[in-house]
Amino acid sequence: MTARVGIPSSLLYYMHYPMWHTFLTELNLDVVPSGQTNKNFLDQGVKEALADACVPVKLFFGHTLTLRDKVDYLFIPRVVCLNQKTIYCPKFLGLPDMIRYGLPDMPPIIDIQMDVREGRMALFRAYNQIGSSFGAGSLQIARAYLKALYSAARYNALMQKGWHPPEAIKAVLNPNSKDIAPTARKGDLNFAVLGYPYVVHDDYISVGLIGKLKKLGVNVITLENLPPATLARQNCDLDKIMFWTYSDLVLRASHYLFKSGQVDGIIHLTAFGCGPDSMVDKLMELTAKEYSNIPYMSLTIDEHSGDAGVSTRLEAFTDMVKRKKEV
Amino acid sequence: MPRVTFPHMGESYRTFKMLMNDLGNEVVLPPRPSKRTLDHGVRHAPEFACFPFKILMGTYVETCLLGAEIIVTSGGVGPCRAGQYGQLHKKILLDLGYPVDIIVFEPPRLHPIDFLRNIQRLNPNRMSYRAVWDCIKRAWQKLIALDETEKITHVVRPREIVTGSTTRIYRKVLEWIDRSHSAKEIEEAHSSAVEAIKSVEQDPERKVLKVGLVGEIYVLLEPASNLEIEETLGNLGVEVERSMFLTGWTRENTFSETHETISVKDAAMPYIPLCIGGHGMESVGHTVVYAKRGFDGVIQLAPFTCIPEIVARTILTSVSKEHGIPVLTFFLDEQTGKAGMSTRLEAFVDLMKRKKWQDELPEHNAVKKGQ
Repeated sequence: MTARVGIPSSLLYYMHYPMWHTFLTELNLDVVPSGQTNKNFLDQGVKEALADACVPVKLFFGHTLTLRDKVDYLFIPRVVCLNQKTIYCPKFLGLPDMIRYGLPDMPPIIDIQMDVREGRMALFRAYNQIGSSFGAGSLQIARAYLKALYSAARYNALMQKGWHPPEAIKAVLNPNSKDIAPTARKGDLNFAVLGYPYVVHDDYISVGLIGKLKKLGVNVITLENLPPATLARQNCDLDKIMFWTYSDLVLRASHYLFKSGQVDGIIHLTAFGCGPDSMVDKLMELTAKEYSNIPYMSLTIDEHSGDAGVSTRLEAFTDMVKRKKEV
Repeated sequence: MPRVTFPHMGESYRTFKMLMNDLGNEVVLPPRPSKRTLDHGVRHAPEFACFPFKILMGTYVETCLLGAEIIVTSGGVGPCRAGQYGQLHKKILLDLGYPVDIIVFEPPRLHPIDFLRNIQRLNPNRMSYRAVWDCIKRAWQKLIALDETEKITHVVRPREIVTGSTTRIYRKVLEWIDRSHSAKEIEEAHSSAVEAIKSVEQDPERKVLKVGLVGEIYVLLEPASNLEIEETLGNLGVEVERSMFLTGWTRENTFSETHETISVKDAAMPYIPLCIGGHGMESVGHTVVYAKRGFDGVIQLAPFTCIPEIVARTILTSVSKEHGIPVLTFFLDEQTGKAGMSTRLEAFVDLMKRKKWQDELPEHNAVKKGQ
């Protein structure tokens, strides 16, 4: 029987799942994602996680708990740095430890450290270590790694075309299915929804924000759709770089969009209790003051976010932008 | 002369005042964080910013109103939020219309040239590097004197016979240290301060509990932010050992038995193998070390929404179970009330007392019940 490896569909899932899935499947492992968030996940997470943790972390606890009895291993790598410059939020760094010591009776956790600052081949070495722990040969690991890199590249290419992660993940993992077409652009307004992928693209916790905007006739651009090279060159007028990966991206994206003026409005979606966002949101707000031609809204979601409340705010914001354009 | 100010952090402001004056700056003394400071801070800081950010924000606004032109603070390279404090504070203050400049001191090993340049900016009289170094050396000496004195109050306070006498003397001796200037004076002030506090009338027979304080550095060091928890505990008959002082903690950092010596970092290793920023790793390590040294309990102080401490707190549950040491956590914010905190502390102290002395002689139990 092949070993079952569980990957919680939260946090890093939205950026790295295609790569991880391909790699582990190539090693003849059975990959089990925890699936789309529902109320049950959140309730369990809220019950088990520390009250002061942010909503995404509570959700991650929930996702992990549902996997507990279904898998033999949990795949929660300790991703520290993937681009030589910025690191991940402290909660990501301590994630495997929080799960191991915060939840009872968990299956063994694969918590390989991925830190490209350790050396040129550090990433491959990390994957190699994962592979060898499952007893795979070096040739098999190398092949799996290359395939994984290929699916990551395909995934990113799809997102550059305007796809959103949930659709792109499906498309990358089932190349044969033709029924998923890229989202058609037909609205008359363009909004950017900036925020961390695990908040923006988790349909449950974001209260279906992207779907709601589309219904209102708005085309949505997210962080993943923007060209990474342009973002990397973007100047954010800071004395010091924002040292968290996602926060850095969000901030750069906001500066890029404010300066290029290619959107009609910017919505910053943030989670209650998010540490880095408290800084990022204020910086974005201060930037928005300088570029008053583009309306900016900050939307905070938490475990009690009501559907109606979010809808009202989105409608009001959309109406405001529309009126501004007509005048 | 540039008007310089800096964050208020416990009694350390006495040192920085001397240092800045010696370098030839005019100092705007930061007021002790108060309700008004917090009001300013909460109004201008982002809602979910951690508590120290709000206190510093408030302090900066207050000192700006007093006419400060340059704010000197420390930086950091993450992943804790504190590293971003400087630039966000600056943006907010400029947005509010205060024409200030913030000088952020980054770790000198990473940015040696910036470090020297920053020093030169605070050196309007263009003193030689050697003279500056002398000033820094004296400031360090004073900082040590302040820290050592405070440490002794933690030991003496739970044993004092007249409640409040230690605090009274402590306030007095702080002034002695404050007034000292040359190296010799600081040394004299230090030794006489220590003697004065030791001479407080004490009850050597009294049984005291020993509690370790761990957590985030700012709320540990600034009594106004932790509602004088050390004093409250001292008055409850608890000897406190704080895991962090500005002058470092190398000596208390290790726990050695005849054959086993572990550092805080080693102690934290099995639980949390890499630095997660802030003092999350230290909180876990210190708790393990305190447990091994036979402390009766550990209190963790953390600012609300502090990321590293949340990670540490989640792990501390297991540490507490494995090492059999009670851990109490306070997440502090502007809403924390002193009465609520005292109630929780009293309950915690009762719990530790019962745990420690339940096996002792029955008459002790009887006495305790009779109390």
